[in-house]
Amino acid sequence: MSRKTHNQRAWIFVLPVVVLVAFNAVIPLMTVVNFSVQETFGDNMFFWEGVTWFQQTLASERFHASLLRQLLFTFIILAIEIPLGVAIALAMPRRGPWVSVCLVLMALPLLIPWNVVGAIWNIFALPEIGFLGNLLNGMGFDYNYTQQPLAAWFTVVLMDVWHWTSLVVLLAYAGLIAIPDAYYQAAKIDGARFWAVFRYIELPKMKRVLTIAVLLRFMDSFMIYTEPFVLTGGGPGNATTFLSIDLVKIALGQFDLGPAAAMSLIYFLIILLLSWIFYTLMMRNEEQ
Amino acid sequence: MRFRWLIPAVYIFFLMLPIYWLLNMSFKTTNEILGGFTLWPNNFTLENYITIFTDPTWYNGYINSIIYVVMNTVISVSVALPAAYAFSRYRFLGDKHLFFWLLTNRMAPPAVFALPFFQLYSAVGLFDTHIAVALAHCLFNIPLAVWILEGFMSGVPKELDETAYVDGYSFWRFFFKIFIPTITAGIGVACFFCFMFSWVELLLAKTLTSVAAKPIAATMTRTASTSGYELGLLAAAGALTILPGAVVIWFVRNYIAKGFALGRV
Repeated sequence: MSRKTHNQRAWIFVLPVVVLVAFNAVIPLMTVVNFSVQETFGDNMFFWEGVTWFQQTLASERFHASLLRQLLFTFIILAIEIPLGVAIALAMPRRGPWVSVCLVLMALPLLIPWNVVGAIWNIFALPEIGFLGNLLNGMGFDYNYTQQPLAAWFTVVLMDVWHWTSLVVLLAYAGLIAIPDAYYQAAKIDGARFWAVFRYIELPKMKRVLTIAVLLRFMDSFMIYTEPFVLTGGGPGNATTFLSIDLVKIALGQFDLGPAAAMSLIYFLIILLLSWIFYTLMMRNEEQ
Repeated sequence: MRFRWLIPAVYIFFLMLPIYWLLNMSFKTTNEILGGFTLWPNNFTLENYITIFTDPTWYNGYINSIIYVVMNTVISVSVALPAAYAFSRYRFLGDKHLFFWLLTNRMAPPAVFALPFFQLYSAVGLFDTHIAVALAHCLFNIPLAVWILEGFMSGVPKELDETAYVDGYSFWRFFFKIFIPTITAGIGVACFFCFMFSWVELLLAKTLTSVAAKPIAATMTRTASTSGYELGLLAAAGALTILPGAVVIWFVRNYIAKGFALGRV
């Protein structure tokens, strides 16, 4: 099955994909590279600047702060969503009519446009008239996500958990149903406890799908823009200004194209590098 | 473990709560929303929905969104099919590098590409057309479709291809008459994910359109900023954006779980 034949004409099959993706990826990327080494004063006048913008971005405290917030956010949501998703997938029924009901209801948040997700949480968490805000304030917490940085973080993290945990559930569940029943029967005969079954049968079998889950959640959370932008606008102050929000502020708000382009490239390289590290680490584990 | 079902039940309750709140808001008048906290609409009204279905700026948003999403799904999956076949069956110069390069495009933040995309599509005269958004979304949907389809195709034994050739099938006849029907599940899953990621994306869709192809999501954000605080109307528009997704999930419910599991990293 895995025996592949050498055939250089396969390039013809791949060509349409390469052309379409290259049109969308290479030309814009070259534009960004172009901007990143030049200064412009409009009217298509460009002046060579070399690596000035890169040095400036790498030294800027504003960039450090956004990057730090971004890393913290990604770390928090991975630490919550991955274990939670696995736990829910383990508790889900494996067969019967409830499976479809669970899957359909759980997949629902994944298909809501991202700005609508932001809008839903905006009205859900409003301090006076939103359900969450009203509940928290009724319980005696002083909660207002438009004014308190901590409340804003809490809301953004809760929103992301609501939005994306289902993806981890679906992936983990797909890994679980692929395990043959014979494995569980053998474990039962051996008198294995719940924890042993999880540690030695289910977790190893889920490793591949969990790698995909961690990679996808890492990449998407690192690129997050629309949901927090609609919910908090990056505020209060700069409390929830993640990398993408900051980038759009610099590029379209201030129209500082050079620094924005340099920041784009650094940002893209960080994602590539971290994805590659995740990928190699998890694949190495798999080989052992 | 008798109460194991409680875990998914509580989770689904948590998922449904904000959606209930959205529906609740959408059936209220603006006065009632701003008037105070009520768990269900006291003055039940369909006013918000009627506005959306009678005002062309609103319902055209839905039509525009659906047009470019369908275009994108068709383009992505049809070019991904032969490519995924090549990756799953042949070894060729640079195949691994190409596969990885495709996946790196899934990692490109749309915020990085927003401005260059605007310039590129303006330069080729496609600004504010459906096809511009459909093509732009190919950036992340084609890699995803190739990834998913390649996984499904690698699960089909190569003997199938060889038997067909022995039986005298030409390559294209084999591809369309035998191969594609055997991987319909994979095509369904790929279509689902392309539909999903194109439907939920806003940043690029908004950047590439102004009037003629304006997506519903952009109509919503613009209404939010211009007409003040019409929360009921926004809630109704939001509730309607959930519908197409829900319909699509229902059709592929038996395959979504498999979709990513069969793809390989």
